Amino acid sequence: MLILEKNAMTEEIEKLVEKYGPERSSLLPILQDIQRDHKSIPDFAQQEVARLLDIHPVEVFSVISFYSFLNTEPKGKFIVRLCQTITCDIKGKERIAQAIERELGISFGETTKDNKYTLEFANCLGMCDQGPAMLINDMVYANLTPEKAVKILKGVK
Amino acid sequence: MVKTKREGSVIFSEYKRGEAIKAALEKKREDILLELRESKVKGRGGAGFPTATKWMVVAASTAEIKYVICNADEGEPGTFKDRVLLVDYPELVFDGMVVAGYTIGASRGIVYLRGEYEYIRKPLEDYLESMRKDNLLGKNILGKEGFDFDISIRMGSGAYVCGEETALIESLEGNRGEARNKPPYPVNTGFFGRPTVVNNVETLAAVSHIVVKGGDWFRQHGTDKSTGSKLFSISGDCELPGVYELPWGTKLSELLTLVGAKNTKAIQVGGASGICLNKTQFDRTLAYEDAATGGSIMIFNGSRNMVHILKNFMEFFVEESCGQCTPCRIGNVKLLEGVKMIESGEYTFDYIEKLMELGRTMQVSSKCGLGQSSPNPFISILENFKDEIFNGNGGYNG
Repeated sequence: MLILEKNAMTEEIEKLVEKYGPERSSLLPILQDIQRDHKSIPDFAQQEVARLLDIHPVEVFSVISFYSFLNTEPKGKFIVRLCQTITCDIKGKERIAQAIERELGISFGETTKDNKYTLEFANCLGMCDQGPAMLINDMVYANLTPEKAVKILKGVK
Repeated sequence: MVKTKREGSVIFSEYKRGEAIKAALEKKREDILLELRESKVKGRGGAGFPTATKWMVVAASTAEIKYVICNADEGEPGTFKDRVLLVDYPELVFDGMVVAGYTIGASRGIVYLRGEYEYIRKPLEDYLESMRKDNLLGKNILGKEGFDFDISIRMGSGAYVCGEETALIESLEGNRGEARNKPPYPVNTGFFGRPTVVNNVETLAAVSHIVVKGGDWFRQHGTDKSTGSKLFSISGDCELPGVYELPWGTKLSELLTLVGAKNTKAIQVGGASGICLNKTQFDRTLAYEDAATGGSIMIFNGSRNMVHILKNFMEFFVEESCGQCTPCRIGNVKLLEGVKMIESGEYTFDYIEKLMELGRTMQVSSKCGLGQSSPNPFISILENFKDEIFNGNGGYNG
């Protein structure tokens, strides 16, 4: 990270700490905001959060590693989470997964080279009556077909 | 977001915003607790703990600070009723929280919303803001001197186990969502060690109706031991999936007809952690005393492979086990291995019997509800679909 980038990150985290309060219980909201804006929580950000909340950086890493929506490695601008739980599965999740993989030229668990898309499987998204379903960042899309899924994916901005 | 008007006897019955708060503020706290006890309402999340008892313990505590937590970490596969309630009927849930705050003497409520539902957070925040404008939240609510209560929303981050109340509290405190030892229960030592009521979204919605319409009215619905009605999330092989409000005591076969399910082979009652029933058991009733569920009903027709379904469930538990206690961390992996052995036809009946034994051990030795219930699909599918899995198709299921 460049010094300028580090300074910007520190400033950003200071604002978050001010917004949520310097308590341990603010840790998750702070990490969630960093995750949302940067698509990952880099080492430096973890250290800064730890410093400002007065806890050990290991504690911060430990929390990040627990939650599947938080990650330390960089991800694409659009994180695609396809539901893999049984009702979406029997309604054709596999076909959709294959169509998306073909279209983007990557497998699930990978990020496209232009850092635009990351493909992941997720557990039950709570759209079981309208499966198959996927999340793209925060938005949910249901009643997918392979064609529809690809179209939605290509259309996100 | 577009709101859908639904029909139902209890939860989806007529209700105007603020009605429950108004009714509650006119009553004495003890009377609300008695009304709840009259109604015999039990927790709607699945465990079925009597709500009145929970509230009474917290209300009786002399602690100065208490909390009300709404558990909206709806992660059980096949469940989506809480999403429907929060989108279409936020007034029921939030009013229920305010009533809880008044009754137990809390001034802060927190909704723990699962990370997957981030897209309904904004509408909910807006809704809370409109409640503040109408003095349904904030200071001296509806002119009641000294009753302050406000609600904030906190997000989960994709961890199924955080639906367990103590794991949820750990998560709120900024920790890994690992379940605590019980006792002490959250009613005594909850959020920040203070007495805390943790209720399911649907339970709070039921409370709003009970406060307005009375415990007697509520008890008229359902069965003797399971009063009121229940929201069921129906998915899988049927023509009309969705959320249905049905009285407790409804037969599974009636439900199948209602949702247009044909050629049904299996019903998974209670989500991945529930039990799987075969055709001979479809005359069982949905109730705490019979086939209990937090609302998840998944229907599978004759074309589905039960081993594939079981594998999906066990993969889910292996991924979602928090890893804190050994029975759950290792047990689920072993059960999944067993399912894969069955799938490839490389098993012995002796070993399968050992795995069943392991499952029963996990049920009694795991620390929290996750590990205690994760062997349920393994045991029930292998028992109820024994013939198909081990003897059908020449004993080969790959």
